Amino acid sequence: MITVHAKLFATLRRRYPELGLGEAMPVSLPAGSTVGDLVRQLDLPEEEVKLVFVNGLVRTTDDRLSDGDEVGIFPPVGGG
Amino acid sequence: MGKILRLNMSDRTAKLEDVPEKYAHLGGRGLTSSIVHDEVDPLAHALGPNNKLVFAPGIVTGTAAPTSSRLSVGGKSPLTGGIKEANTGGRVPPTLAVMGIRALVVEGQPEEKGKYWMAHITWDSDKGEPKVEFLPADEYTGRDLYEVFPELFDRFGDKVNVMGIGVAGEYLYSNSGVVAEDMERRPSRYAGRGGLGAVMGSKGLKFMIFDRTGAPAVKLADSEQFQTGRKKLLDALMEHDITKPKGGLNSYGTAVLVNIVNEAGALPTRNFREGRFEGAAEIAGEAIFEGNKTRLAKELYNHACSPGCVIQCSNTWYNEEGEEIVSCIEYESTWALGANCGIDDLDTVGKLIRLCNAYGLDTIEAGTTIAVAMEGGLAEFGDGQKAIELMHEIGKGTPVGRILGAGTAEAAKVLGVVRAPVVKGQSMPAYEPRAIKGIGMTYAISTMGADHTSGYTIAPEILGVAGKVDQFDRDKAELVRNFQYATAFIDSTGHCLFIAFAILDIASGFEGVVEECNGVLGTSWTMDDVARIGKEVIQKELEFNHAAGLTTADDRLPEFMEYEPLPPHDVVWDVPEETLDAVFGD
Repeated sequence: MITVHAKLFATLRRRYPELGLGEAMPVSLPAGSTVGDLVRQLDLPEEEVKLVFVNGLVRTTDDRLSDGDEVGIFPPVGGG
Repeated sequence: MGKILRLNMSDRTAKLEDVPEKYAHLGGRGLTSSIVHDEVDPLAHALGPNNKLVFAPGIVTGTAAPTSSRLSVGGKSPLTGGIKEANTGGRVPPTLAVMGIRALVVEGQPEEKGKYWMAHITWDSDKGEPKVEFLPADEYTGRDLYEVFPELFDRFGDKVNVMGIGVAGEYLYSNSGVVAEDMERRPSRYAGRGGLGAVMGSKGLKFMIFDRTGAPAVKLADSEQFQTGRKKLLDALMEHDITKPKGGLNSYGTAVLVNIVNEAGALPTRNFREGRFEGAAEIAGEAIFEGNKTRLAKELYNHACSPGCVIQCSNTWYNEEGEEIVSCIEYESTWALGANCGIDDLDTVGKLIRLCNAYGLDTIEAGTTIAVAMEGGLAEFGDGQKAIELMHEIGKGTPVGRILGAGTAEAAKVLGVVRAPVVKGQSMPAYEPRAIKGIGMTYAISTMGADHTSGYTIAPEILGVAGKVDQFDRDKAELVRNFQYATAFIDSTGHCLFIAFAILDIASGFEGVVEECNGVLGTSWTMDDVARIGKEVIQKELEFNHAAGLTTADDRLPEFMEYEPLPPHDVVWDVPEETLDAVFGD
């Protein structure tokens, strides 16, 4: 099993209202899990997940996670 | 169609001219840059009698085109020494279009220094054209704009529109913007960057008051094509996740970017020393939304800054008593006065933004200047109270204030700070070039100085809009160029740049914009004309800058970025000069 630290942002926070600002949730996953596995584990609909950063780098849903990874998950957002 | 209105501040006269044929299809930035290119001596002093200040609504501004209430302000910049286009929304842009004012040119300079005037611009129904009355503005000078604006609306009526300057423009600060009112008549929308407020101040013009009562609607050359285009754009805006109602921008505003850019390790922190700020979550869009929810006991979605906007991304931040601190807190502002200064308290950031609005300052340049002041020893990073005091010094024009009002590059020079994050004298906005190479290239080559809105490559580099490219990839001359040209086109239409999130992903939306333009102008443009038109605008800007003395040596980033690795990714600026020079080529 591995543990990753997941932070959810913007509209995704509606699903986890108890999460503090910038607070990471520890999530346990089987070794070899992918970003997509994490998204499913967290019960987030695929179409709501647009960007995933792992340790500060953009990753796709097929990329594998490692123990201790810091993951930031974002819906589609924009700005200036 | 329409006229050029000239205000001569040497003798306080006004005159209307027909729009010359060469400007027939220009609007917004295309028109301001053309007029500045054609009429301003590139070697003129930016605050002297020969600079001009040009205001132009966009091609489709004043029509039913969605999210099209934007206006360009142009001139020679006292900050960069080159050409400048600054852009604002708010209530005023459609008024100029409706009054048939395709461009308004402020020229000349009063002999008597320190005396300020207002231009009251109303509609003469008999002649079917605008008329101008010059009034003294002495009772409004030296004052907080939040106090002055209600007096102006009381005096001239609720329906008028105001553009003008705060004390920053009166002090001729290189960091001074041109203010415009928002939908609630707050002095909170700005054509902020590049010191154009000082140009207005140097011409003794404090305010322009526009009253469009009696003016007829904007005439369309081809209503059918206009309606077709309008619908295609509207559909795209309503469909895209970022621009749609209750979507990304409507829910969290631009400040939602704080956490994304922080995750990417590209949020400039404490004067561009690091790419992550430990307090980022406290000053981000989510913190605003959730803080308001706690303080007001309800969920507050964002509002429009201007009439006809369907994206509606402006927020309001309230204090614990439920009173408004400021509207609005944009990404750039909360970054500049927050993370870049090491400040993680939203109430402090809100107060600092409000003071920028009150005094007439560009929030980006103000924040980067205070950060340099912190590095230079005038305050500790993170000391919000001291930052507020420094802001008051700027507003009062104390000697320290005057140094800081001159902007980041000048403050760095005076204080001996090497880490000055500027290009062509204008400070960098909220994306670290070392960690996002394309935006770094954009800062380097933009005719505007360090500028993120002249080509928002952040969209593909970070946000996954218009494709996805690796933020660290350096081979981006073509990407950067394409964004420059497309953006110069959009800047000329009068649409808010945020339509780009939708139209870069949904092609029919971009086609719709082109069709709207054809509908207004009677042209037959296609998508193939977009890059051509954008390129023509930029070509004039490049010519002006070159004649003003700027060279490719000015298309570079500050040296410290080449040797100081930026945590957390430990990256330096290493894009080869040849790549930079290849963007606009030769």
